[in-house]
Amino acid sequence: MTSVPTTDRSRDLSQPLDRLSPDEAMKADSDQLRGTIALGLRDEITGAVPGSDGKLMKFHGIYGQDDRDIRDERRRQKLEPLYTFMARVRLPGGVCSPAQWLKLDALARAHGGNTIRLTTRQTFQYHRVSKQDLPLLIQGLGEVMLDTKAACGDDLRGVMCGVNPQLSAVHAETYAIAKTVSDTCVPRTGAYRDIWYGEERSAATSEPEEPFYGRTYLPRKFKIGFAIPPSNDIDVYTQDLGFIAIASRGKLKGFNVAIGGGMGRTDQAPTTYPRLADVIGFITPEHVLATAQAVMGVQRDYGDRADRAHARFKYTVDDKGVDWIKAEIEARLGFRLAPAKPYSFTSNGDPLGWVRGEDGREHYTLFVENGRVIDRDSYPLMDGLRAIAQVHNGNFRPTPNQNVIIADVAPEDRPRIEALLAEYGLAGHGEGSGLRWNAMACVALPTCGLAMAESERYLPSLVDKIEAMLGALGLRDEPITIRMTGCPNGCARPYVAEIGLTGRAPGKYNLYLGGGFHGQRLNKMLLENVGEPAILATLEPIFAHYARDRAKGERFGDFAIRAGYVAEVKEGRAFND
Amino acid sequence: MTRSEFSVGMITEQQWAKINDLAISLQPDQALWISGYFAGLARGARAAAEGDRPAPLPAAAPVAAPALRSLTILYGSETGNSAALAHALAERAGAIGLTPTVSDMADYKSRRLKDEQDLVVITSTHGEGDPPQSAADFFEFLEGRKAPRLPELRYAVLALGDSTYERYCEGGKRIDRRLAELGATALHPRVDCDVDYDEPAAAWTAALIERLGKEAAASAASAAVPAAPGASPGVAPAASAYGKKNPFPAPVIDNLVLTGRGSSKQTRHVEFSLDGSGLAFEPGDALGIMPRNDPGLVEALLGTLALSADAPVTVKDRATTLGEALAADFEITATTPRFVEHWAELSGAAELRALAAPDAAAERAAFLKTHHVIDVVRRFPAAGIGAEALAAGLRPLQPRLYSIASSLAAAPDEVHLTVSTVRYTLHGEPRCGVASGHLAERAPPEAVLPVYVQANPHFRLAADDVPIIMIGAGTGVAPYRAFMQERDARGAEGRSWLFFGERNFRTDFLYQTEWQDLLKRGVLSRMNVAFSRDQAAKTYVQHRLIEHGREVWSWLQDGAHLYLCGDAERLAPDVRAALAAIIAEHGGLGPEAAEEHLRELQRDRRFHIDVY
Repeated sequence: MTSVPTTDRSRDLSQPLDRLSPDEAMKADSDQLRGTIALGLRDEITGAVPGSDGKLMKFHGIYGQDDRDIRDERRRQKLEPLYTFMARVRLPGGVCSPAQWLKLDALARAHGGNTIRLTTRQTFQYHRVSKQDLPLLIQGLGEVMLDTKAACGDDLRGVMCGVNPQLSAVHAETYAIAKTVSDTCVPRTGAYRDIWYGEERSAATSEPEEPFYGRTYLPRKFKIGFAIPPSNDIDVYTQDLGFIAIASRGKLKGFNVAIGGGMGRTDQAPTTYPRLADVIGFITPEHVLATAQAVMGVQRDYGDRADRAHARFKYTVDDKGVDWIKAEIEARLGFRLAPAKPYSFTSNGDPLGWVRGEDGREHYTLFVENGRVIDRDSYPLMDGLRAIAQVHNGNFRPTPNQNVIIADVAPEDRPRIEALLAEYGLAGHGEGSGLRWNAMACVALPTCGLAMAESERYLPSLVDKIEAMLGALGLRDEPITIRMTGCPNGCARPYVAEIGLTGRAPGKYNLYLGGGFHGQRLNKMLLENVGEPAILATLEPIFAHYARDRAKGERFGDFAIRAGYVAEVKEGRAFND
Repeated sequence: MTRSEFSVGMITEQQWAKINDLAISLQPDQALWISGYFAGLARGARAAAEGDRPAPLPAAAPVAAPALRSLTILYGSETGNSAALAHALAERAGAIGLTPTVSDMADYKSRRLKDEQDLVVITSTHGEGDPPQSAADFFEFLEGRKAPRLPELRYAVLALGDSTYERYCEGGKRIDRRLAELGATALHPRVDCDVDYDEPAAAWTAALIERLGKEAAASAASAAVPAAPGASPGVAPAASAYGKKNPFPAPVIDNLVLTGRGSSKQTRHVEFSLDGSGLAFEPGDALGIMPRNDPGLVEALLGTLALSADAPVTVKDRATTLGEALAADFEITATTPRFVEHWAELSGAAELRALAAPDAAAERAAFLKTHHVIDVVRRFPAAGIGAEALAAGLRPLQPRLYSIASSLAAAPDEVHLTVSTVRYTLHGEPRCGVASGHLAERAPPEAVLPVYVQANPHFRLAADDVPIIMIGAGTGVAPYRAFMQERDARGAEGRSWLFFGERNFRTDFLYQTEWQDLLKRGVLSRMNVAFSRDQAAKTYVQHRLIEHGREVWSWLQDGAHLYLCGDAERLAPDVRAALAAIIAEHGGLGPEAAEEHLRELQRDRRFHIDVY
């Protein structure tokens, strides 16, 4: 990496608003994220919110959507699209209490169409929430100390924390730090309270409402995650800012700092690409918050605000150079980062079933296909989890792989949990192939406005077919990561999967191979814009080859490169080569 | 003639003796002349007593102007049938040299009643024995304590009704009872007409005209009697060859479901072509549709009775087959008291006989609600019934009226309807409304249904610059679509405010995108909605009215017209109460004064009601 001789400031915060993207003026004029949201909520004639309020509501964790399946049908019926909202809970570090679970469950039944979606960032999403129900939902969350602040928008998104149940002490400490970072670094504007809780707006003071963010917040979203090796479940390299816990004999020593990861890209736009983060040094635990603020500060001040497709921190890092960015971070911190400590990851998946922590507590990881918590005829998952929450004394941890851990179970309580798992038929569910355990899909159609193809509704059936192939080749138990998204933005982190699929059009996907099993390497596109027959026809001989020729312990992603099916992608900028 | 025929206390014994003497000596024409003479005398005397004007008794007048009695024809009309009959009667009366005054009860000045000589009343009945909305004031006056005694009055009543209702023709019966109570003399016995009123109404009209005609002929002179003030505007010129008796076969252009998937109900939007019909209508008018019965039901009925569809029957002197008659000529769903009686005879079933008894009204009403024709014939078999015997118990299939949801200015040669599909289960079988079922099941584009225009003069769009407040629930929003299309096409500047209610926002917001567009373009100024089932506490349009009461009052102060359309049973009284509450609160009036204010708005034709 080379540093740029003079810093280009032509596209950042230093410029007047009219030279930046229209979204910058929108944010600046929003009265710190208020806009006319409160007014729009009262508009009885539409289920949507007008104009730029939709964009502003993302900062409040709320995303306007509509049921795309019936858009055209409703147009003919002289009805507007079935507008609803996705509300994403902020659950820093991915830990929630049984009481919180019960409330989340009750709110889903009241306002969210009887389902909760576990996200790839360890939190909960409600879909199909009507405009009039939004305040009720948010107030309900508030009753159990949860909110939806900054769950979307140009700000610090939900902070992730590895769930690693075995290392109880390190997890507890890391989780506490993750929560502090989230609680400290999300927007502070009173807009959230004014709008959703209906509180009186506080009298103006000389203090700015947003001392860190100012009027225009960040150029784009900003994601932070804490990994606890040897698990890289959070995919630390895909975070804008990643912290890798360094522990010694069960005690947390500090964190390696990784910067500049990110998944999103745009098809047919070679200047956009996924990028994995660079590890730039080590800090002790007390410096995490300051480091987070310093890194976010650099992105706030230098990130590209003229082109939103080029505004993520990963581009700032590549444009300015890692060394320059690191120096800038250190200047803001007032000290130099220590050299990174050694660490190693083994997987980015979840170990399913029971594990016992170092402190003797028990943890059960329950497979949740694509994170969809819902009661199906033969599988009352939502009812079962509610029953468990009613007796559970520990906590719940949604995992970055969209599963959920019934965590921190005292050994004497384990039979009771096991009995409920059995009663509802949840135990052992998903004991399918290694592929299914390691499958992940975003929501996509019908609610996501960005989706170009199916994802959550389609991946299970595709996995059925691939599973059959693998079974015939004796690869059924081989863990292989497969991730699908309905668009190129990468919510399910498809570009680090061993098999990646991103939607292009209904029934058409790009196929990527060669991602690192523990998230350490981007994959590479093998097929562009193809349907299922082509995908299956292409994969089958590669699987056969893998079954025949793999080295001992060789992962499918590694094999795909060694066998020459795809080239290794060494850095994000080479992804489109 | 005996004195007892006059009201007691009106005439002394002595006067009666003189009258009697005179009467015996008079020729019929002389008698008529004298009756006119005394009537004129009485009018002058009364006017003088009330101080309206000096009353120089026109001594010569009675002699010069022969004494034809004045004739006023009053109608109380909900759908326009009574009005049409009243105008038809007036025309016939004009043809025999009478100069009748035709008046809507809504416009009639009740204090004129005491001066009437011959009064003909044609009124329909609404709901359970109530008068038509527009006639409420007249009924209230007539049945109230302020009603004058009417010993000089002669009257005739034609009552229109629907025999499926327990209190059949009650509106007309009430008028008849009360006029007799007030001392008036029946000129001709009252006739009660069921939904197929054409023939009995025509017979009644003919008889009445004959009676009046004899008197007129007997009258010495055919010289003009000055017409009473406020003469009828007369019958609108017939622009089209098509009408109720000769409906236009209108092709369906479009037929779609407005309610979104998951809705608890089905409401359809149906468009017909009127191209070539010459039919015209105004916003607020209704369209009559001649439906056909469900072929499945016809088959079931024939099957149950082991009758052939090809069996010949005669319907109104027209030979047809039983299958066709059951499909197109007779009501074969709802049961009537007459059918119960008829079937009791045919089947000999004791239970039916008991239900047909005069004192079994409540039981009969309950039975009618739960038994369609098919249920009766299944439950009470009558062996060997012939086609004619079945037909004899059935009443003619009636057209169904729907508020028109479009404006000719916006959609020339088209007429649009908003139709709620009536579906329910009875005796474990799915049932469907006759017309709504026809439209839902058997009216795809290009299907043809006979239609005609039914004027609705009580529900007229106010002048272009007048603010309007439109209140409607469910399909009650239909005429407002017509209003807004009309105002849009005319570029009308008057403000408009729509209150709309339904069950669920997501699925039942009828014409949502059209309202959104009208609001965006400012054709519709405001809109408030109430969806009753979207939250725990049921919210209806009246709640929205109250919420915005201050502004509603301010619009009324600015001369706004109020419109109310939809359900008569619940919506109408609740909205009325809400409006009265608003007038009371914001107009600073007591509850009774507020109610009176509302009635006044109605009398002034600023509060228009079309409920069903």
